[in-house]
Amino acid sequence: MSPSIARYHIVHETTYSYESPVSLSRQLLHLTPRTCAWQRCLGHRITVAPEASAGRERLDSFGNPVTELAIEFPHESLSVRAEGTIEVLPHLPSEHLDSASPAWEIVRDALTYGARPVLLDASCFQFESPYVRVKHEFAAYAKACFPSGRPLLDAVHALMSRIHSEFEFDPEATTVATPVLTVLAERRGVCQDFAHLMLSCLRSQGLAARYVSGYLLTHPPPGRPRMVGADASHAWVSVYCPEREGGRWVDFDPTNNLLPDTQHITLAWGRDFADVSPLRGVILGGDAHELAVAVTVTPVTTAGT
Amino acid sequence: MPQSLLANYPRKTDRFDEMLAEDGSVRPSWKPFFAHLDVVTPEQMRHRLDFVRRSILENGVTYNVYADPKGADRPWELDPLPLILSSAEWQELAGAVMQRARLLNAVLQDLYGPQDLLRDGSLPPALVFGHNNFLWPCQGVRPPGDTYLHLYAADLARSPDGRWWVIADRTQGPSGAGYALENRTIVARVFPEQFRDLHVQHLAFFFRELQDSLACWAPRGEDPPLTVLLTPGPYNETYFEHAYLARYLGFPLVEGQDLTVRSDCVYLRTLSGLRRVHAILRRLDDDYCDPLELRGDSALGVPGLLQAVRAGNVLVANALGSGLIESAALPGFLPGICKRMLGEPLAMPSVATWWCGEQAALEFTIEHLDQLVIKGSYPSQRFDPIFGNELAGGRRQEMIDRLRARPQAYVAQELVNFSEAPTWSTKHGRQLVPRGVGLRVFVAATPTGHVVMPGGLTRVSAASNARVISMQRGGSSKDTWVLTTDAAVNTFSLLKPSVGKADLVRGGRNLSSRVVENLYWFGRYAERCDKTSRLLRVALSRLVDAGADTLPALISAIDLCRVLQLLVTAEGETNGSPKGKGGASGLPRETLILSAICGADANDGLAGDLRRLLWVATQVRERFSLDNWHAINRLQHQLQQYCAAVRENANPELGEALAFLDQVLLASSSLAGFAMDNMTRDDGWRFLIIGRRIERLVFLANAVSGFLRLESTRAPGSLEWLLELTDSIITYRSRYMIQPQVLPTLDLIVFDEGNPHSVAFQLQILVRYLDNLTRLLGGPRDDALPQALSRLQGFDLARFEGQSFRECRICDPCIALASLLGEISIAAATLSDRLAMRYFSHVGDVSRQTFTS
Repeated sequence: MSPSIARYHIVHETTYSYESPVSLSRQLLHLTPRTCAWQRCLGHRITVAPEASAGRERLDSFGNPVTELAIEFPHESLSVRAEGTIEVLPHLPSEHLDSASPAWEIVRDALTYGARPVLLDASCFQFESPYVRVKHEFAAYAKACFPSGRPLLDAVHALMSRIHSEFEFDPEATTVATPVLTVLAERRGVCQDFAHLMLSCLRSQGLAARYVSGYLLTHPPPGRPRMVGADASHAWVSVYCPEREGGRWVDFDPTNNLLPDTQHITLAWGRDFADVSPLRGVILGGDAHELAVAVTVTPVTTAGT
Repeated sequence: MPQSLLANYPRKTDRFDEMLAEDGSVRPSWKPFFAHLDVVTPEQMRHRLDFVRRSILENGVTYNVYADPKGADRPWELDPLPLILSSAEWQELAGAVMQRARLLNAVLQDLYGPQDLLRDGSLPPALVFGHNNFLWPCQGVRPPGDTYLHLYAADLARSPDGRWWVIADRTQGPSGAGYALENRTIVARVFPEQFRDLHVQHLAFFFRELQDSLACWAPRGEDPPLTVLLTPGPYNETYFEHAYLARYLGFPLVEGQDLTVRSDCVYLRTLSGLRRVHAILRRLDDDYCDPLELRGDSALGVPGLLQAVRAGNVLVANALGSGLIESAALPGFLPGICKRMLGEPLAMPSVATWWCGEQAALEFTIEHLDQLVIKGSYPSQRFDPIFGNELAGGRRQEMIDRLRARPQAYVAQELVNFSEAPTWSTKHGRQLVPRGVGLRVFVAATPTGHVVMPGGLTRVSAASNARVISMQRGGSSKDTWVLTTDAAVNTFSLLKPSVGKADLVRGGRNLSSRVVENLYWFGRYAERCDKTSRLLRVALSRLVDAGADTLPALISAIDLCRVLQLLVTAEGETNGSPKGKGGASGLPRETLILSAICGADANDGLAGDLRRLLWVATQVRERFSLDNWHAINRLQHQLQQYCAAVRENANPELGEALAFLDQVLLASSSLAGFAMDNMTRDDGWRFLIIGRRIERLVFLANAVSGFLRLESTRAPGSLEWLLELTDSIITYRSRYMIQPQVLPTLDLIVFDEGNPHSVAFQLQILVRYLDNLTRLLGGPRDDALPQALSRLQGFDLARFEGQSFRECRICDPCIALASLLGEISIAAATLSDRLAMRYFSHVGDVSRQTFTS
């Protein structure tokens, strides 16, 4: 086994406590890590209490595994525990790719109507979505990072760094409902907000970029700083970059100002948070509720490393 | 011989006239109808116009919110002259629209499937992935028969050269078919001979085809198939039509909260439990239909609906996702798509359209802005069309900047010079006025192909030379007559096809709990308005009799009003300018009573209760017969007129106020009559009656108890009005030939179980109905009322014997009876809460969305 392969044990626990009984609850779970070129799932299971009337798995329209839950009797709490072992391969773009990537306008033009071939897999991440806006405010914010002719990944890297340096991580500043325009104006938020902001900037430039939900290693290796967002699920973005052999997606983490590699575990991707929220549900009754989320990601040491 | 109507009918060269040919002669298809019109006397036409106006008013045909508290409901506008189309012309038009329905269905099938149209560049991805109504979770969901558009409508306009063009596609939940039907019902009665002699094609078979198709594609189960019509509710601008169609098609009208999904099946919540729903004809936009997977902020939808659709357990028409092709940008791409997908040319052109997302189109649009109208590419933009030639100075540059900043969001269209058709002048006795017309044509998909409604909704512009036709902008409508060449008119009317034993339905099993709750409150408010009006009439008529004096009976009546909390302001607080006649002391009382009828706040007083009554009636209007609805409508108009008069003149004439109370009581008695005579004895009816009885019991108990506790009621004349208030004066007089005395009066209005206006009568009836309810729907028996009844029966009336009420100073028997009545009133209020808990508790409990990160 190559020493650069990382293997993790992940426990993601979510508990809702309701003030009064919930008579009907439907939940969509994006809690099973998707398999992709640099990542595979070595075992995963989801346990629910109270036991759900239906628990069915399928793939959503973006290829993410999704579990449907329905609890059709009164209950006062709901806890969902997702547990699994994941293997992540290094997948950083090579050092020189930043400057070797095509000029950003070439990428933009390749995504406009009339260009051939039609890049459907990318263009579905090119427009507005519930949490991502395409507006001139975002284009204006991104403009300084996108001078004419600059290689795409260089420009995106600069945008990421700018967001990281100008925005403050502040869990008190925003909620799930805070519009991304407010985030831009207030200059503060959490990883989701930064991801939505960066997506809005990229899509307002005519580029294709998607929202990635996932995890970070809870306790970093000795001597390395603990990353922000490690105690809950994390979010970052991925930008489409054409290459000779077709194209690839390159991840950027604006919260930590780095390119995700083996310390980021990918759960799911979509247009924005609404597509891949770990638990998205509708409940009947319940009044106020308390929500507790705990994520623990620990490295698994296997024989030989 | 009067001058021909044509003498004053202008001919225009820049527009097509539906009635006149280029040479000024009447077109052959219009000739017989015009010949008739030309000889009708102005009086005849006035009668017909009156008939149209009255029918619309009485049927309550409206276009927007019905019981708007500000009274802003607007009646539907209908011009009596139909738009007439010849058979040959219609056939060509119908063929083209059917082709378009087929094409659009194929486009949806592709876009929610393989997306070849995007891959090969036939359609820009921006128009799909950038469109809010591309519903990602519906990707790959195949509806039965691959049918997405069960009902499709095309908005057509005719250009000066006589060709028809499509100006918009309606695919989400096309509105207007119900209005077309309503227009037909009225206009066919305005011109019955012409309608018959011209062999106008009937509409009913179209709806039958729609019903059959839904039944055919719906999943089969053991129960008889149940189709519901899903509405966003009474706030929707076309709610009238939802209720109208629901009643016409025989589908229960439901809102999202009436439905629930269990084990991937959709159920209707009824009083007797959950009933499986097999098909949903929706008038709710698709993105609002399922807060779990679609718009999470929707409180109107059904959580889990999409899972039921995916499992094939329910048919949703139109399919979820169909709103996608309601885009102003799509028509520009259709000619190419039609050749590619159907292998044939597009039969009817769309109005020339440029999608600004293409560089060349953007430049063209900016260059020719003066001749174009700019629209939003996506319906979610809520962008009002902008006419380039109306943009002056800075606004022009602003528009160009917006176009350049986000070109894919805009579409430029050529201006359409709508054709014109004659309308009957509303100002002159006998004149035709040309107005722009557009035609909405409806197509239903059936397993054997498409069918077109032979007719449609003709929309009429508000002014001459129109460039937009919109009901929102004060337009009107017409019936559309499609002629047949032979006499073979399909006169089929929408009677139920033959019903098998399995289809037999009794006792309103499909009533939703929400409907039942509304009927219950309808009963309560109807009775409340009745009783409030009666008491106010007692007070007001005493006030009129008193003139400048103060009558003792007036004081006691006002005292009771105050005890029952009917008076909005306290006496003496009103410091308005003394405008009325009468003495200074009479004035505040007058103001008091008048403001109890219609006060400053629309929610206060009798007017407020009437509004609530009308509002609950609106929520269940499909449950009322047309005649019943007429009565409700009249009441609405009387209320509006009276309140408007009050607003204009702060102190209305007492006579006007009395007349209004009389009108309310008249309406109230006809509503009571409809409830007893005209409604099926189902659970809904049972709850309506229980609501009435509970309200009457509470009122009687409180009124009599208050009466007994008030000192002022000992004055002469009070027992008379108490009998009048309880509608028992005639019975009293026929039984006792003497002035009202306390013992016989109390016997009649409290203890007499044969008097429908007595406390004992209400108790007895309620006990019986509640027993029935428990037997039919299960649940524990309510003991409070039977106990109250037996305590009342045990009360010794002899305690009032030999008493002179005028000398009584609130003695023991009065207090004892007043307390007993107070307890009865509390028991009745508790019963109301218990009914709500037991039968309506899940209504109004709105689903909420939750998220974790």
